[in-house]
Amino acid sequence: MAGHHKTGGDAVDQNRRAMLAGTVKGACTVGLIGALLAIPARRRAEAVALRPPGAMAERDFLAACVRCGLCVKDCPYDTLKLSDLGDGPTLGTPFFRARAVPCEMCENIPCVAACPTGALDKGLKDIKNAKMGVAVLVGQETCLNYLGLRCDVCYRVCPRIGEAITLEMSHNARTAKHAFFIPTVHSDKCTGCGKCERACVLDEAAIKVLPHDLATGQLGKHYRLGWEEKKKAGASLVEPSPEVQVRGMEGVEMSPGGTYKLDRRPDGGLKEFKP
Amino acid sequence: MKSHGLTHPGDTAIAAKGWLGAHKWLLARRLSQALVVAVFLTGPLFGLWIAKGNLASSLTLGVLPLTDPLMVLQGLLAGHVMTGSALIGAALVLVAYTLFGGRTYCSWVCPVNAVTDFAQWLRTRFGMEKGVVLNRNTRLWVLGGILVGSAATGTIAWELVNPVTMLHRGLVTGSIVTLGSASLITLAVFCFDLGIASRGWCTHLCPVGAFYGLLGRAAVLRVSAVNRSACDDCMDCFAICPERHVIAPALRGAAKGVGPLILSSDCTNCGRCIDVCSKTVFRFDTRFHNASLDKPSAESGVKAA
Repeated sequence: MAGHHKTGGDAVDQNRRAMLAGTVKGACTVGLIGALLAIPARRRAEAVALRPPGAMAERDFLAACVRCGLCVKDCPYDTLKLSDLGDGPTLGTPFFRARAVPCEMCENIPCVAACPTGALDKGLKDIKNAKMGVAVLVGQETCLNYLGLRCDVCYRVCPRIGEAITLEMSHNARTAKHAFFIPTVHSDKCTGCGKCERACVLDEAAIKVLPHDLATGQLGKHYRLGWEEKKKAGASLVEPSPEVQVRGMEGVEMSPGGTYKLDRRPDGGLKEFKP
Repeated sequence: MKSHGLTHPGDTAIAAKGWLGAHKWLLARRLSQALVVAVFLTGPLFGLWIAKGNLASSLTLGVLPLTDPLMVLQGLLAGHVMTGSALIGAALVLVAYTLFGGRTYCSWVCPVNAVTDFAQWLRTRFGMEKGVVLNRNTRLWVLGGILVGSAATGTIAWELVNPVTMLHRGLVTGSIVTLGSASLITLAVFCFDLGIASRGWCTHLCPVGAFYGLLGRAAVLRVSAVNRSACDDCMDCFAICPERHVIAPALRGAAKGVGPLILSSDCTNCGRCIDVCSKTVFRFDTRFHNASLDKPSAESGVKAA
């Protein structure tokens, strides 16, 4: 076939070869650039610093944030910064460090209003519902309250005092006569604003705000809390235990659920109990 | 004389039109590029807010949103549909560059242009060879690469590298003075252009320029070699042009019946050819006006002279 149109065929062949070579070169460039970009892009799953209020989950955030810094510009307290080399978060994205400048939880949430792309969710209307992170009392060996003192500073500065952080009393076995008042964070109420971390009086804060995923555990989806299921169903979901004969209770009627119906004698003793 | 022309393109124009006349568009561009930074700085420096944000996305005077459409496209491929103001901002940018020439972005807005122009100016002064020769279509493949990268990783991938937004961010936030991403990436581009490949970054590799080039395929504002019959073949426009292949069809097309408009979307509308031409061959024009001042008799007269 080539023999019939020798010169024309050669030219077409050469053209075809040049085109093929060009396409291969181009495809390799695409592959090279794609792969080189994927290396830093893949290392991004979890945030290592705190994002502004309303930020989408880290994975979605990096598809949505264009690094324009409009949230940073509209933050009245200079809390937010754009990440640069060595800061941790992906280059150019907004973040804050609670120990340096915490979020003041503005009621009108100007950072969210400024975001042009939806990376900060405009659905966040009440700053109390923000989930920038969760405070965790990591320094249980250094926290003054854990040592038995009444520092309480983290509890006092919390914008949701008595809700996001409560002081839980327990016995101080060391002195045997005092109490511990343990600052306890409730993750459903904590906004992650970081005022507690900022205010902690220690040289290194004993309470730190961590990204949500790092701070909280996650029950397996199949877990059920028996006491809540019982409340929902109105009765125990478990079959009552089979009757077990207890010595001294012979012949006494047993109610469903396995408890004996006992009557009291006038002297306070139990009528049916015959030891 | 010839080597003088190669290391000092534009000297004849300076002699003919004066230094200012031979740098008119260059100065206008530098002023434009400086303004694109300055409008973001008046707020933090003097409390007079004109524009907030940066080249990725900005809000001017509290009402005008502008967003880089390439950013919106990457976000879309990464799986995020941006909200209203980013989409409006991207649409405005699209319309603007469709009218005024896509790569006008490169020479009138992009801050990296000043850096690579400086590298090229040094190259010319030092009489350096071209260095590594790259295919200018590489940038289109790089553009494809960043779009594939965005889709594959679910992030706006080019922002991990983009010298354009990094330098602009560095300039408007002041982080350029630190040893951060802005200064380092700018240094890298400068060294690449000066030491490795002549006009390596903007003309051969930058996918942002490639993207804006695609936007400007039907741009209205164009440079025209309207007075091409006056050309004396001094080659200064070729020496100064960052995309020299765009000139010849317009400048030398008279015999083939090709109009004098530079229609290639690779042209950045930088206007340096207008500046360095001592014969006033070039001027800005619209794509609807593709006629030259060619007068066969006058042309032959010039050639003969």
